[in-house]
Amino acid sequence: MQSLLQKTNDERPLLEVKGLKKHFPITSALGKVQGYVQAVNNVEFTLNKRETLGLVGESGCGKSTTGRTILRLIEPTSGQALYKGKDLFQLKQKDFQKMRSKLQMVFQDPHSSINPKQRIGRAIEEPMKIHKLYDSKERSERAMELLNKVGLRGDQYYRYPHEFSGGQRQRIGIARALALNPEILICDEPVSALDVSIQSQVINLMEELQEQFDLSYIFIAHDLSVVRHISDQIGVMYLGELVEKAPTDELFSHPLHPYTKALLSSIPVANPEFKREKIVLKGDIPSPLNPPAGCKFHTRCPYAIKRCKNEEPVFKEVAKNHSVACHLID
Amino acid sequence: MNAKSIYSDEKIVSNQHQYNKEQRSLLIKRILSNRLMMFGSIILILLTIVAFLAPVIATQDPLAIDASSRLQAPSSEHYFGTDNLGRDLFSRVIYGTQASMVVGISVALISGFFGMVIGLYSAYNRYLDHVLMRICDGLMAFPAILLAIAIMAALGPKTVNVIAALSFVMIPTVARVIRSAALVVKEQTYIEALKSQGASGIRIIWVHIAPNTISQLIIQLTYVFAISIIIEASLSFLGVGIPAPDPSWGNIIYEGKAVIYNAWWMTVFPGMFIILAVLALNLFGDGLRDMLDPHSKK
Amino acid sequence: MEPLLKLNQLKTIFSTEKGKVTAVDDVSFEIHAGEMVGLVGESGCGKSVTSESILQLLNEKTTNYEGKILYKGKNLLELSEEQMRGIRGNEISMIFQDPMSSLNPVYTIGNQIAEAIMIHQRVGKKEANLRAIEMLRLTGIPSPEKRIHEYPHELSGGMRQRVMIALALSCKPQLLIADEPTTALDVTIQSQILELIQELREELDMGVILITHDLGVVAEVCTRVIVMYLGQIIEEADVKTLFKSPLHPYTKGLLKSIPHLDGDRTQKLNVIKGVVPSLQDVPSGCRFAPRCDFATEQCHENPPELLELENGQKVRCWNYEHILREAKDHAVTTSENK
Repeated sequence: MQSLLQKTNDERPLLEVKGLKKHFPITSALGKVQGYVQAVNNVEFTLNKRETLGLVGESGCGKSTTGRTILRLIEPTSGQALYKGKDLFQLKQKDFQKMRSKLQMVFQDPHSSINPKQRIGRAIEEPMKIHKLYDSKERSERAMELLNKVGLRGDQYYRYPHEFSGGQRQRIGIARALALNPEILICDEPVSALDVSIQSQVINLMEELQEQFDLSYIFIAHDLSVVRHISDQIGVMYLGELVEKAPTDELFSHPLHPYTKALLSSIPVANPEFKREKIVLKGDIPSPLNPPAGCKFHTRCPYAIKRCKNEEPVFKEVAKNHSVACHLID
Repeated sequence: MNAKSIYSDEKIVSNQHQYNKEQRSLLIKRILSNRLMMFGSIILILLTIVAFLAPVIATQDPLAIDASSRLQAPSSEHYFGTDNLGRDLFSRVIYGTQASMVVGISVALISGFFGMVIGLYSAYNRYLDHVLMRICDGLMAFPAILLAIAIMAALGPKTVNVIAALSFVMIPTVARVIRSAALVVKEQTYIEALKSQGASGIRIIWVHIAPNTISQLIIQLTYVFAISIIIEASLSFLGVGIPAPDPSWGNIIYEGKAVIYNAWWMTVFPGMFIILAVLALNLFGDGLRDMLDPHSKK
Repeated sequence: MEPLLKLNQLKTIFSTEKGKVTAVDDVSFEIHAGEMVGLVGESGCGKSVTSESILQLLNEKTTNYEGKILYKGKNLLELSEEQMRGIRGNEISMIFQDPMSSLNPVYTIGNQIAEAIMIHQRVGKKEANLRAIEMLRLTGIPSPEKRIHEYPHELSGGMRQRVMIALALSCKPQLLIADEPTTALDVTIQSQILELIQELREELDMGVILITHDLGVVAEVCTRVIVMYLGQIIEEADVKTLFKSPLHPYTKGLLKSIPHLDGDRTQKLNVIKGVVPSLQDVPSGCRFAPRCDFATEQCHENPPELLELENGQKVRCWNYEHILREAKDHAVTTSENK
């Protein structure tokens, strides 16, 4: 392993997120701040070139907010996001708009993510127009080429979104995200609205495009088997916090955090003869408005001890690249 | 596969043509299957033709006074009879149609334009929203007709002033509708996608939100059209609208009021035209809403 | 034993602007008491329309039914609207995917459950309230005496789905139709709800039709599986047989296209080519033929029948024998190679 001093530009991670926080203020009718929803709290990870980071967790765990904060679609409360060493959060709006071409997003809902009144070719050209790239003929050619790249036909350029199925629209969404030659794609549940047989088509497409364009993905999803397939490392989130992060195989073979274990055991397996010990968690996810003190998971944790109720566990590395926030792992 | 062949121009065009054809035939089918809307549109078209061809259709000069033939009942010479000054009522009603259509269309266009701008910007900007919508609330607190009378009293009776006053009165209603439509569009994921691409606010508002509110705007404008015909008639009836001797449905009825017991035709014919126009516009508007906005359909 | 529910060549036909569309085409199956049957398929396969046809919840002006829906020997399609109301929610209940829009936001959950009980069981308000509390307790809602006074928006998604289940089960129905009951829920909550449905099925000896697109869920809780594609049943088998030796190329493809937890991550996922065609232009031969890797000329020309094999497995495919043999040969050669 190289020492820190020797790290050159190339070996620096493409994106480094440190201490990311997003607290939404709760205001009363008179505009007085009454408290904060801790949507994202102290999230940190690194993303290398051509790597995929999976972010998993249940609804309200802050995984989507994390993705949107990095793109500054939501302004962060504090923290850093170093893209090639430059802090995205410190950039002025104007400078950041230029950086946007390097970080693009693929959205969950293929039905509402494309303007229904716009021909799909135009939708793909839109980001190029916004950034004033190429002339109009080059843009059309590029849009057709991108359509081909994502497995659609160039002659579908003039069609409207409603003429396409969900899977095809998701392909259009990907083509649009690629129009600016980004390096990082933040994919927010890109396949969860699709049919099973279409999901695999889109996942394969995303893998091919990653190879072809040297892309890095932040893949946000709740379906663990999909995330496992596509990710190199996975971060598990619960109530705004990263509770465990590890390389994919490590996470699935040696999950450490009780929540990760429960999550893994609740994935339905498409094999009726596969029997396993199921950890069925008691109760509901607490409201992020009013999260429990101490370890946020202690209200549902089957192994909780007294310390968990009072003291917040620290997120620390326990094995190579394997970090966890739990009092029981010491 | 040869990439060129995939998007050769002819194929694109022919595909697109066929598709457009299908869509058009579907649209025509829908319009034809909505009988009430068909009825409304036919009457509207007829009224528009009447308004355009008023000089041709009118049998006599609407302003020509003929003291010898006052208050004559409908006959083959005067289809709708004559008024208290002996003017041919049929010609006056026809020219009145022209006046009403001009007022209605102008008001719809002007209030449509300003309502759209105000609605879109207040939907997009929270601070503007507070200011603009409070002004709209204030204006909407007055009954439209009262406000219009006040404005007309200040400006004086003139067709241009009628249009100005009605447009001003209608703007808040249109702005409200556009604002709520735009708020819905604004929450769609594609607006977020545009932001993530770095699109400017102006581009988002005019290139992406505006076209998605057009159908709501058109529906609303048919109602604005209908209401402004009624208000214009009321203003003219009260003597603050289109000034005499120019005919308008409203001022013909006003003149007929005095002789309502001896000359029913002076109030009934213009009244029927008002009812017909408003009914046609409402039927047309309802039909449009059912077609363009299927969610509100029962 | 007489089946609880028997669909006999059910056809559901919608009249649309573009002409007639047969959303459910010749569907026949049986559900017995105490059994949990999975109805799986992709969107547009007709699984939800089938369930809505059973209760005739579709717009009666634009929908035509053909065939028979026999519930305990009675044809539901011949019943009057009044008689159907006595069946809906009382003998056959349904749970929907979205628990928020299926509950009335202006009434407390207690009110809604008690009302259902009062309508169908003819009991007083007090008795109905007691039963409502009992039902909520049965679905695992903590301190139900307090919860009955809450409004739907005060509950979390998982709790709401429990309330929906309590509502659906409040009249002790004999058949429960669960349409994607856990799709909107998180995985840890999903396993709670599935477990709950299982327990209640055993306790009340209900027949359950579980409609889902998630093969994992089916494998975990169902005893029998029906696979639908473009309005037709294309395969039916007990759960073990279906997952071990699926016969229809579509079922095979589906099973292979989901990423498995123990699968090889470096390998590409298997893909079923193309997209599901629209119901307006259904292929003339086998409906799956245009997407099938095994399709022959016969497949493109003649529609296959749903055949029943010796082991009770049903399949709608011309070439299943050939495919089966090939799979066996392949299995033999690969094991030899090892």
